[in-house]
Amino acid sequence: MKRAAQPTETAQVGRSLPRLESWLKVTGRAEYVHNLRLPRMLYGKICRSTVAHGRIKRIEVAAAQAVGGVHRVVTGEDVRELVAEPYYGPAFHDQPVLALDKVRYVGEPVAVVLAADPHVAEEAAHLVQVEYEALPAVYDEVEAMTSAAIVHEVLKPAGTFPDLKHLKGRTNTNVALDFRLRRGDAERAMAKAERVFEHRFRTQQVMHTPLEPLVSVAESTETSLTIHTASQSPSFVRIEIARLLGWPENRVRVRVPFLGGGFGAKLYIKLEALVAVLSLMTRRPVKISLTMEEQFFTITKHASTLRIKSGVTNDGRIVARDCEVWWNGGAYADIGPRVTQKSGFTAPGPYDIDDVRIDSYALYTNLPPAGALRGFGIPQLVWAYESHTDLLARELGIDPIEFRRRNLLREGRPQATGTRMKDAALEKVLERLAVLMSWDERFERGGGTLRRGRGIALGFKACIANTTSLAAVNVNADGSCTVYTSCVDMGQASDTAMAQIAAEVLRIPAEAVTVVHSDTDVTPFDMATLGSRSLFHSGNAVKLAAEDALKKVNQLRDELHLPADAPIADVFKKKYGMRAGSVTGAGNFIPPYTPPDENGQTDNATPFWMVGGTGVELEVDTETGRVRVTRLVNVADVGTPINPKIVETQLSGASIMQLGFSLFEKMQFDAEGQLRNASFAEYKIPGFHDIPDEIVNEAVVSEQSTGPFGGKGVGETGTFGVSPAIANAIHDAVGVRLTSLPMNPEAVFDAISAKSGRE
Amino acid sequence: MRREIQFRLNGEVVAAQVAPHETLVEVLREAFGLYGARESCGQGMCGCCTVLVDGRAVSGCLYLASLCENAEVRTIEGATMLDAVQEAFVEAGALQCGFCTPGFVLMTRQLLDEIPDPSEDEIRHYLSGNLCRCAAYPEIIEAVKLAASKRRKS
Repeated sequence: MKRAAQPTETAQVGRSLPRLESWLKVTGRAEYVHNLRLPRMLYGKICRSTVAHGRIKRIEVAAAQAVGGVHRVVTGEDVRELVAEPYYGPAFHDQPVLALDKVRYVGEPVAVVLAADPHVAEEAAHLVQVEYEALPAVYDEVEAMTSAAIVHEVLKPAGTFPDLKHLKGRTNTNVALDFRLRRGDAERAMAKAERVFEHRFRTQQVMHTPLEPLVSVAESTETSLTIHTASQSPSFVRIEIARLLGWPENRVRVRVPFLGGGFGAKLYIKLEALVAVLSLMTRRPVKISLTMEEQFFTITKHASTLRIKSGVTNDGRIVARDCEVWWNGGAYADIGPRVTQKSGFTAPGPYDIDDVRIDSYALYTNLPPAGALRGFGIPQLVWAYESHTDLLARELGIDPIEFRRRNLLREGRPQATGTRMKDAALEKVLERLAVLMSWDERFERGGGTLRRGRGIALGFKACIANTTSLAAVNVNADGSCTVYTSCVDMGQASDTAMAQIAAEVLRIPAEAVTVVHSDTDVTPFDMATLGSRSLFHSGNAVKLAAEDALKKVNQLRDELHLPADAPIADVFKKKYGMRAGSVTGAGNFIPPYTPPDENGQTDNATPFWMVGGTGVELEVDTETGRVRVTRLVNVADVGTPINPKIVETQLSGASIMQLGFSLFEKMQFDAEGQLRNASFAEYKIPGFHDIPDEIVNEAVVSEQSTGPFGGKGVGETGTFGVSPAIANAIHDAVGVRLTSLPMNPEAVFDAISAKSGRE
Repeated sequence: MRREIQFRLNGEVVAAQVAPHETLVEVLREAFGLYGARESCGQGMCGCCTVLVDGRAVSGCLYLASLCENAEVRTIEGATMLDAVQEAFVEAGALQCGFCTPGFVLMTRQLLDEIPDPSEDEIRHYLSGNLCRCAAYPEIIEAVKLAASKRRKS
């Protein structure tokens, strides 16, 4: 058998190697926090708010405390005794560990019951009685702009972001961030345009529903705290918990094994502050595992309203664009203000427009908080601008692909921020989409009650900046290699990708590399695993660390007068006289970035661009409104695929997830802000019967010049164009335009009926 | 309230003290340290908690443990060697986060026992009670076909 650490001539980058942990996953032995049990552990069950907005008048815990087996009942006031200012959040310090003074949405955590038996804790949690004085509530993001109902009395930006500083101390407003971009003079260009079109679009609130629901465990001693958590951002958790407790970072340890899905739900602080405080209060390990239902009350994807207006010439050039976006952030800001800005600046779409105006608002409302969900706001924006683009092409009588060709942002041209496009294969993606959709060929349009249509959409995304990743690579005495990174493998196969990158540098098989899972006592800082940043940022850090290690090994070879091709094992053996020693390389990666000025202008808005195009063929049943996607084509610029098979599954998986958000998923609230469908029985996610007959995935030939071996992020790319491609195809099939998500049978049927009523 | 039940777990005769309300997935976890069947939706809608009882797949999050008295219970941990289905899932890349994977593997085994050479429609229909939020569905279909051909060859 070949030795694991034997040098290889086979390129490690570009190998479709199965995930390194595949065996663990098919045998059910992969480690998740879901599985963790510790001696003397208490289970916490959360008692949640029943009103959308109200002052807490009284919390009665005696009945719950009296249940046999209950260890303790904890409220927000108990937390305040341990932590004077128990508010957390990545952008605003606005979210209390447990509700204090008032509640801001139905489902907000108000108290926790602790017991060794989770059933006892659950039963007792029902006995906690809370009396509220109801306050006026606001649910709609546009109404929140002017509503008399104010969700937060005072805005409390975290202070780490310069663009949030002006909001500090603001009162009497629900606007958590007002991002603006001005390029040229959109008003004047609009006035001079030959034709002007304006449309308004909406997206609904949905949830990530990772199948491993959110879960955290904390254990503590007098001087240390360890948090085992299903988190995409262990480094952030450590810093934020240390800040809350006023402890040095090295006394807080955050461990993350595999995640049973993340999709943006498991970012920043979710249950970590709560279990930390509970463990410090009880001096026992505390675990909180949410149910599927409770996840819907924890973090969601922004509902949004988007207004988009374009001035065009009769021959199909877009000369002005004006966009207004209202993001429904729910009761706590979470990462919403970053979504508002970092995604907001791509609202005009991948088109070359000289005069642009964007206003993007993050709004507080009395709904469950919204954060990042596989696209960081981009799918909402692409929904609007690609539906709008299709409508413009129709109005002007120009083929939709040809219309896009005429307006596309070409390499080297400035985007709305002024940043010039680089390594963004928009043109290739559009052209490959046209080929794979056989766009120039005759399309079978169906007949009778089953009408067929097709549509395309093209989206792009900037990667969040400014962010840092560090990594270390250890070359062991036998030549095997260990990678230390705080990048979290939540299913996207980052362990495998990092192993392939380190292996490529060290010229060993990726199978000889072990990736140590995030443990802040061991693995170096990494901003977070989000927004498709990790393959690029963590990957570059791992590459730098591996190169550093290799350099040190080569120095040893020179020192010991060994030939350049001497096996690593021989180097160590000669150096130490036996099999001993190791070499550690370090990598620190932070790409250049220029913060935008007050008009949103910058010469360097992003470390890289992601490009995703979607083509859809579908049939519409005109009697039921049911839409069946028969063919789904995903084309993307992912740079060089580090692992082509895994890249393909990322594109396909993301597109199917977005298919659910496009066609049926929706959190339904009643007039009192009460969620009516918080379970899989009533909130349907895509299953086997929803999958198109044919899915085509293609990565165009491209290279990210600054990426590790030409690679860049891919986790979100497949989501971008799905919703508008479907709306465009429905329009093509039955001549109706849907402007609101989801496009469920009811909505499609209503639109068809309204049209036939008009005719 | 608790009573002792006996059953065969992955081929071995075992006993456990179970309360009337305890589900199979809880008892597997608490009494036997088996985590391959895992509760996710808690409503029998997702298939993550799939366990075989007397050869039939059940939702372990709904199935009461006390019903397993004298039954033959099999979990994903039952074998020490990878079988054709597991190999096929690895080779076809039919998993991402892995949380739903044991359920899919067990259902696929049952499918192939009943229909050794299933059509794509039969695969979709048979596995429609299992959900994968990472949406590795196309790869799972590929894996089932691959597993069927591996089984035929062996």
